Amino acid sequence: MHTLGPDDLQAVWLTLKLASVATLLLLLIATPLAWWLAHNRKWYRSVVAALVALPLVLPPTVLGFYLLILLGPQGPVGELTKALHLGTLPFTFAGLVVGSVLFSLPFAVQPIQNAFEAMGKRPLEVAATLRAGVWDRFVSVALPLARPGFLTAIILAFAHTVGEFGVVLMLGGNIPGETRVLSVAIYNHVEAMEYGAAHWLAGSMVLFSFMVLLGLYLAGGRLARVMR
Amino acid sequence: MTPVHAHGIRADFKLQLESFALDVSFSAPDRGVTALFGPSGSGKTTLLRCIAGLERATGSLHINGEVWQDDTKFLATHLRPLGYVFQEASLFPHLSVRANLEYGLKRIPPAGRKVPLEQVVEWLGLGRLIERGDPAKLSGGERQRIAIGRALLTSPRLLLMDEPLSALDTGSKQEILPYLERLHRELNIPVLYVSHALDEVARLADHLVLLEQGRVIASGALQETLARLELPTAHLDDAGAVIEAAVAEHDEKYHLTRLDFPGGQLWVGRVDRPYGSVVRARVLARDVSIATQQPQGTSINNILKARIDEIRDEGPDKVIVRMRVGETNMLLSRITRRSRDHLGLVVGMEVFAQAKSVVLTT
Repeated sequence: MHTLGPDDLQAVWLTLKLASVATLLLLLIATPLAWWLAHNRKWYRSVVAALVALPLVLPPTVLGFYLLILLGPQGPVGELTKALHLGTLPFTFAGLVVGSVLFSLPFAVQPIQNAFEAMGKRPLEVAATLRAGVWDRFVSVALPLARPGFLTAIILAFAHTVGEFGVVLMLGGNIPGETRVLSVAIYNHVEAMEYGAAHWLAGSMVLFSFMVLLGLYLAGGRLARVMR
Repeated sequence: MTPVHAHGIRADFKLQLESFALDVSFSAPDRGVTALFGPSGSGKTTLLRCIAGLERATGSLHINGEVWQDDTKFLATHLRPLGYVFQEASLFPHLSVRANLEYGLKRIPPAGRKVPLEQVVEWLGLGRLIERGDPAKLSGGERQRIAIGRALLTSPRLLLMDEPLSALDTGSKQEILPYLERLHRELNIPVLYVSHALDEVARLADHLVLLEQGRVIASGALQETLARLELPTAHLDDAGAVIEAAVAEHDEKYHLTRLDFPGGQLWVGRVDRPYGSVVRARVLARDVSIATQQPQGTSINNILKARIDEIRDEGPDKVIVRMRVGETNMLLSRITRRSRDHLGLVVGMEVFAQAKSVVLTT
């Protein structure tokens, strides 16, 4: 009977770390982006919306491939990071974070954007007539009213990052403790015919994903009742 | 340049929206209720939004000598000391009833809190509502009362109300109107009240600004403006005159009350108000008939001596007649053209106006 070795636990830990960091960064990026998309009616809004949604349709390997080129030593972003003495991002944890954030962006932006659009302008106008300034209105009215959207965004972004494989493989490779995340570890086990270990990891992922989705739907139902 | 009035409201706005242009200029007194009245699409709500800074119009706005907007200045909405009551109560669903009420109150400095919570609770009868947690559990009328209270608690220097009754059913309207009348008596700040219902305006307003297709077509004191026959308000189905009169006598036997006003008196159903208190009576043009001699043997209680002031055709068969009762009060009467000719009614004639019904509004 094969159980999880220290390498596997390291991969699990790395995956959770990656998903947490990426989700946190995604919230910081997606919130203003979603706000802008929800309230802007300029023509280039559609361009930005399409760009944000692109990872939904692209194969992850395509995204990973271009990121590898962009961030690599010869790429424009790579040149920049080298000039700033940051080294290059591919095959590092930081590189995986960048890739994950881009890859999961639509999963974070869209629920938040929908929530902002659903509340409309009226609650914010009411708050303005009650002396709340721009930031105050955002914190005291927009954020609480968009809470279900944020919850969905957090869960989707986290789960989607945990499950990612293509971008990681293209951009991060397989360095233990640095870039070898769960999905890659499973792939390694299967390559090495270690089906027992693969089962443990894959099974835990199935269970984890199911729990996340179950939590999402339970929370969604409860929130829907609270909102009514 | 328009001169800056030290008192009252002075507004000049131009705004071009996709399908609508607003080009208004009006002034209103520094206290009492000014009704912005006009048909749907006349720009009343847009005008109110411009005053609140929710729409960015070009122009200027002066409130009691303070500049809220001019060529070089545009105060953001949250910096304008105003209260705004929207058509729908728009309570925050994520806050309790009490937190809704106190939302604005918490955002003004303690020194600026001139309207105490207890006062607002009493004016609007909020005592039983304030501890009810979820605003979604309140009725429409109750929600709107909380919304009005929420606006008043910011101690505004101007209160804007955008058809606060229009989203309510008749029952809720009747429930809220007495509270609005109470505010009308108690508040010492100007109120701009948007409405397209003449009965509401006649009941609540002191001053009238008439809008049509984004422009102001008339403005002035309520009673005078309602009696101007060249304006569309005199030709609405429920057109009529408003008379302010004092309670003078209660007739216990017939359960009636006599109201006196300069130039005459009216008998109405028993009013439970002390002697001397002033009430507002509304006499609709369609309820007033005219006789050239003192009528005999009539069931009508209210027959007033009047002098014809103006007669204007209204459609192919009707005319509307304005009569003066005493020096200041006026009555409107809608009669047929045939009656006018039959009685030989002309301007300056002394007649008897018979009011079949009088609606008390306060």
